[in-house]
Amino acid sequence: MKVITKYRLLMVGLILGVVLTGLVAMSLGPVPIRFPLDSFQSKILFDLRLPRILLALMVGAALAVAGVLFQGLFRNPLADPYILGTSSGAALGATIAVLSGINLQSLGLSARPLFAFGGALLATALVYYLGRMRKRPVLTIMLLAGIAVGAFFSALTSLLLFFRQEEMAKIMFWMMGGFSYARWAEVRIVLPYLGGAFLYSWSLARQLNLLLLGEEKAHQLGLAVEQFQRRIVITASVLVAAAVSVSGAIGFIGMVAPHIVRLLLGPDHRSLLPASALAGGLLLLLADTLARTLLSPVELPVGVLTSFIGGPFFLYLLHKGRSALD
Amino acid sequence: METAEPILTAEGLSFCFGKNQILTDLNLAVPTGVFTGIIGPNGSGKTTLLKCLNKTLAPTRGRITFMGQDLTRIKLRALARLMGVVPQQWETPFAFTVQEVVMMGRFPYLGRWAGERQEDRMVVREAMRATNTWELAERLITELSGGERQRVLIAQALAQTPRLLLLDEPTSHLDVNQTLEICTLLQTLIRTKGLTVLGVFHDLNLAARYCQHLIMIKDGRIYAQGAPEEVLSSPNVTAVFGVETVVGAEPFTGRPYLYFSLNRRQEGAPGGH
Repeated sequence: MKVITKYRLLMVGLILGVVLTGLVAMSLGPVPIRFPLDSFQSKILFDLRLPRILLALMVGAALAVAGVLFQGLFRNPLADPYILGTSSGAALGATIAVLSGINLQSLGLSARPLFAFGGALLATALVYYLGRMRKRPVLTIMLLAGIAVGAFFSALTSLLLFFRQEEMAKIMFWMMGGFSYARWAEVRIVLPYLGGAFLYSWSLARQLNLLLLGEEKAHQLGLAVEQFQRRIVITASVLVAAAVSVSGAIGFIGMVAPHIVRLLLGPDHRSLLPASALAGGLLLLLADTLARTLLSPVELPVGVLTSFIGGPFFLYLLHKGRSALD
Repeated sequence: METAEPILTAEGLSFCFGKNQILTDLNLAVPTGVFTGIIGPNGSGKTTLLKCLNKTLAPTRGRITFMGQDLTRIKLRALARLMGVVPQQWETPFAFTVQEVVMMGRFPYLGRWAGERQEDRMVVREAMRATNTWELAERLITELSGGERQRVLIAQALAQTPRLLLLDEPTSHLDVNQTLEICTLLQTLIRTKGLTVLGVFHDLNLAARYCQHLIMIKDGRIYAQGAPEEVLSSPNVTAVFGVETVVGAEPFTGRPYLYFSLNRRQEGAPGGH
């Protein structure tokens, strides 16, 4: 019962945090906002800042939920889409979509997230099967496989860019991770993927809990483990693809947000998933607000900022938990 | 044990891992409503056999029938309602509470969005009371001792309300008191709930004391099966385990009790050192 009260408190706190941070973020920026609003100000507020805030929240939530899924899949709290190479795979896919100029508008689809999904799925599947070569995922193999796959996909992306130098600056900037191009169109791209994948993941919360007990135990309790793991790989790839295709590769949100929530609530996915989604959204919104105001009017890429904070955090976790995690 | 159909049978069961033949042409029957033990030396294939019987491994050849149905045709979820499995060693780095872990035994009964029902909570509480884990309910599974964790695992398997309980050396981490307690608990469950128990045993005397039926394995083949008095004969134990054996009686229960010695040529006579 204590856990349920804590969960409710945390959810209320996170929602308040999101709303307050959102309001503050609305008011910050190079154009001062004074009431009554003129049409220029309201354009800034509702066509630039509001979609940007919503997008940061959604991408943060998507990365955090993907992080939770990867951590369950690998039974390892250090798993993260950025570290596992999924983000690099998605970035390659998205780059191909942009450079090739493939247009699926006639089908009512945007090519970028679809290609990003293909890349993310390929990268994740590779890491997953490499990591399983010793029958169960081992931390070292998983991390090494993630590094190798991530480096390989990044190299492919660089190679593509090398031949299309006129597009390089734009794509490099996007890949560093950021929301400066965020408009309502991007919000509309991410929302269905995030919403669908989140609800689907949440419906699998009990299965994810079982997976944390180990594949064999989960099997004995009635879970078709391999089929379930494939679903998780696909769902996580959808989330990462949606996030990367609008905002580039943003690291460590997927690891930091669930970790903090797990410390407060424990590992039960039924509360971990929604709370991590909110926490991830809040963290990324804070990071983005900092990124665009710290050196205003110059914007820092938010991915650089999250990695500045997330990198040392990762090392700290690695150091603290090295005995428990192998 | 003579009355009912066997709950589980295997015919011509073989299992190969790569080129290694681990189980060869096993035929066995696990009688309903009694305590059956699997015994054999390390590496004889006991754990592999158990994994075939609980559908973790698919046999290379042969057929397993569980409660009248071909095991390959039973869905995992349906199987988990009928068969609980207690592994030999189990750990998780994730800090679930004991109660949460036991509640996971109700997984095969719960729908995707459904919350736990009153019935599930009652089954869980009863399973925890029976295994003396109720007082651990709010403790974290990561902080328990090996013996406590083993009892939690048994509670979880009981929460599945199975007809058959499979145990892989259930008492290898327990002290003598806990060992007797767990075995007595299993006996009680067999008597009161009609449960069937199939356990892999390392300790032959423990198997002799609690099991009504024994399956003795050597090099992946069945060497003997039947009542402990017949299976645990001195020539059988010598042939399978390579030790000299004298069979006596256990003073509390009168069940067979084995005294071992290495081959007399290698070991001096008692009192000779």
